[in-house]
Amino acid sequence: MKKLAITLFLAVLLLPLSSLTVSAAGGAGVEHSGANIGDTASLQRGAKWYVNYCMGCHSISYMRYNRMARDLDLSEDMVMENLVFSNAKFADTMDIAMHPDQSKSWFGKTPPDLSLIGRSRGADWLYSYLRGFYRDENGEWNNTVLPNASMPHVLWTLQGIQTPVYRQETDASGFTHEVIDHFELTTPGTQSPDEYKETARDIAAFLDYAGEPAKLKRKGVGVWVILFLVLFTLIAYLLKAEYWRDVH
Amino acid sequence: MAKAASSLSKKANALLNWFDDRLPVTAFWNNVMTGYMAPKNFNFWYYMGSLALLVLVIQIFSGILLAMHYKPSAAEAFASVEYIMRDVEWGWLIRYMHTTGASFFFILIYLHMFRSLLYGSHKAPRELLWVFGMFIYVALMAEAFLGYILPWGQMSYWGAQVIINLFGAIPKIGEPLTQWIRGDYFISDATLNRFFALHVIAVPLALLGLILLHLVALRENGSNNPDGIEIKKNKDADGKPLDGIPFHPYYTVKDIFGVGMFLILFSFVLFLWPEAGGLFLEHDNFIPADPLVTPEHIKPVWYFTPFYAILKAVPDKLLGVLTMGASVAILFFLPWLDRSPVKSIRYKGTWYKVLLALFTIAFIRLGLLGMAEGTPAQTWEMRIWTLVYFMFFVLLFFMSPRAKTKPEPDRVTH
Repeated sequence: MKKLAITLFLAVLLLPLSSLTVSAAGGAGVEHSGANIGDTASLQRGAKWYVNYCMGCHSISYMRYNRMARDLDLSEDMVMENLVFSNAKFADTMDIAMHPDQSKSWFGKTPPDLSLIGRSRGADWLYSYLRGFYRDENGEWNNTVLPNASMPHVLWTLQGIQTPVYRQETDASGFTHEVIDHFELTTPGTQSPDEYKETARDIAAFLDYAGEPAKLKRKGVGVWVILFLVLFTLIAYLLKAEYWRDVH
Repeated sequence: MAKAASSLSKKANALLNWFDDRLPVTAFWNNVMTGYMAPKNFNFWYYMGSLALLVLVIQIFSGILLAMHYKPSAAEAFASVEYIMRDVEWGWLIRYMHTTGASFFFILIYLHMFRSLLYGSHKAPRELLWVFGMFIYVALMAEAFLGYILPWGQMSYWGAQVIINLFGAIPKIGEPLTQWIRGDYFISDATLNRFFALHVIAVPLALLGLILLHLVALRENGSNNPDGIEIKKNKDADGKPLDGIPFHPYYTVKDIFGVGMFLILFSFVLFLWPEAGGLFLEHDNFIPADPLVTPEHIKPVWYFTPFYAILKAVPDKLLGVLTMGASVAILFFLPWLDRSPVKSIRYKGTWYKVLLALFTIAFIRLGLLGMAEGTPAQTWEMRIWTLVYFMFFVLLFFMSPRAKTKPEPDRVTH
């Protein structure tokens, strides 16, 4: 009887909630990226791709070059020669020369600073976004993860150009829609599809790191803190048992 | 060696005597710690109070350190939080202590309140103890709401917008009232600055005063226990309760063990899972506040979502606000709604177990639904659970004096 009651209690409690998900960003077609901020080589490649392809428009103004160098095992010379294209100093933040008002008049929208995009969107979203660009029938760039994104496909020379192949789908109300079934790589890029996957993964990992540089350190610290606390709690338990021996 | 030690302890005693002649140090310690007899049958649920005090200390300590680096201005707030996260030595640890502490404060307080529903700790002679506790809970909600605006992210901004606009539902004075709260025509620098003042000075002071009252009221009648019987009814020849043990050292060492268990869980979240999947730190709050861009899905932090769901369940705005207010206010009257002759769920009978189970499900389901996007089906579910939430109190009021109870034991059971 008691078991039945508890089962019933849990069953009602855990009834599924439609669309109850606390996801990073939602959006269709977000794939698992496998981005790993523990992989320093991946973060270094990500930083290289980022400053070369993204940082023309997108600053990471909360990130300092010297902090990045320290976290990514890079020397000052390597950073200053390969990753700094402006007259920025080693201790400066990763800002861009373009003025927000200018870029707004040029592009219609100021390209956002990406310091925290890894936290608001998550690595998987970024990975899928970078792989989701396609050229539609009108010859315009579009994106599966962020439809009608105002950003053109900056990495198209690497990935190439993919065009969608559509199929018919009937929804619950009986209407038929054209949905993207898969992509065809109509113009190949300089990278193979697998190489480009890795590029997208590296950039996603780098932005994940840039969103919270402390992440590299806190997990390591946390393991030691928890191990100490387990020992502390064990001793506290023995102390409690000793004191409570005479309580009946 | 032994001689030196004994002379040192003599000196320490002399110092203590010096103080005792001027300040009742020993008398106070004896009164509230070693001389305070607590029931010996406390279980898991009795850890929450002391742990909540621990979290209060964590919040004050980490809050002071945060306030040294944080800038309460609309232009600088967001960047100063990131400065703490990146450039301040161990700043990330300080901030995560505070954000994790905020959520754990509510987890502990909800469990602490649930304990009262289980064992009837709110019943005579502890009604005031419960009422002070409710004031603490309301002050804590205010503190959390005020603090949530400080990072000045999108959820800070739009969450505050939604909550402040609730006051606008009040007829006639609503609009001017919201303006008075904001200090501006919209949420702005003025709002942020005053919320900071209230968050770091006004509400913490009120909280400390209320907690003092809560503890004084607790020591007056002593703790209830899982059997809900008064240990003072059975005393030995010296007038000490037979089922009582001195709070110190018995419960102090037990609470140290509880602190250890709690800190393991706390550290796990703090170091390995600080966002708690978007529950403790919301993803949208990593986007700077933008008055021109409304987020797709505005929702409060998890600890407010049960009440937010009750608000959304009612189609009319004013009625919704009133219903939500009533859902908190009715808790103040719990000591007088529960008219059962016994305190503990152990002796109240099956009817109470069923009622409390339904109430618990309603509260948790409302919490989950409050986070969801709000499809029509979900709105209907919210209405059902809102009804269940209120029916708990109505049925408790009418059933508790009539229902058949089980006999209470004379002495506490383990």
